[in-house]
Amino acid sequence: MALVHNRFEEQTIRMSEATAGDFFALLKPRVMSLVVFTAFVGMVAAPVSINPFLAVVAILAIAIGAGASGALNMWYDADIDAVMTRTVNRPVPSGKVTPHEALTFGLVLSVLSVMTLGVLVNWLSAALLAFTIFFYAVIYTMWLKRWTPQNIVIGGAAGALPPMIGWAAVTGSVSLESVVLFLITFLWTPPHFWALALFKSEDYARAGIPMMPNVAGEASTRRQIFAYSLLLAPVGVAPWLLGYTTIGYGVVSLALGIGFVWYAWKVLRMPDSDRVMKPAKALFGYSLLYLFVIFAAYLADSVIERVFALGGA
Amino acid sequence: MSNDDLVTLTDKQKKARRSRNVAIGLALAALVIIFYLATIAKFGPAILDRSL
Repeated sequence: MALVHNRFEEQTIRMSEATAGDFFALLKPRVMSLVVFTAFVGMVAAPVSINPFLAVVAILAIAIGAGASGALNMWYDADIDAVMTRTVNRPVPSGKVTPHEALTFGLVLSVLSVMTLGVLVNWLSAALLAFTIFFYAVIYTMWLKRWTPQNIVIGGAAGALPPMIGWAAVTGSVSLESVVLFLITFLWTPPHFWALALFKSEDYARAGIPMMPNVAGEASTRRQIFAYSLLLAPVGVAPWLLGYTTIGYGVVSLALGIGFVWYAWKVLRMPDSDRVMKPAKALFGYSLLYLFVIFAAYLADSVIERVFALGGA
Repeated sequence: MSNDDLVTLTDKQKKARRSRNVAIGLALAALVIIFYLATIAKFGPAILDRSL
């Protein structure tokens, strides 16, 4: 009895002060909103439709799954989040949520979201969601992020999968059209994050994360950003070139792509002595706009085409 | 066990616990409603028509 008593005395009992809002912050709501939006575009772009309520359930499950992977990321990365200005106020490094709570929350929501999507929608989309969570939490967070400057290139696959999951939730299959949607976000990720890494390189260096500017240097990063922008621009137009959308999307995506290359060119021409890095900050801001507008254009194109098809029927 | 052995929650901890409890309650209620409606959506109204 005395032994039990002593063990309790040695442990520090910590009563949680974490509110529901702190747990919600673990889901990375801003990333989740992007996931919801791109998954929704994937669902609407699909040539068939499902029951609207099941569509809402699918979006909800995908959002929760993405949030769960965010919680697992915050559990594992608490040590580096604590030394970066951008992430120091996250729930785990700020002490609002314990690492154990974040891990449990992430695991429970992962299982719940995958099972819900599988049981209520279909198992292909559930498998893709499970793969996305695994890829982000294990392959990217635990392995690539601290190991290679190609971390966000390969890890970008996790963020690019939601439109494919949305497509699979509706069609029960994966097609070239959904692969093109995947490729747009996949090729967008490196220039987006490297633009951020350029003007936040000290933060990443302090945390010991091998981001491209810290490993290959700023000049090499600027060249690679430009190279990726040259790849991204035509892939953005590909849905029109492949006949999936109307010329309306083609014009918008072409203009967006030219804009992206222009901003990346300004980053490429940025002198080494420039520590304010306005071009990199401008590219980072533009890249967010690019992804939102290109998916919004795809969505509008799909909706308009469907309305015209209904009108003609 | 005397009262000294019990953990006394501060107001902040009580407020946080209430916030978590409400969120869990709402999430469970939402799950029940989602699975109920999704079952009808998947199988159609015929699922309610069964002999007892």
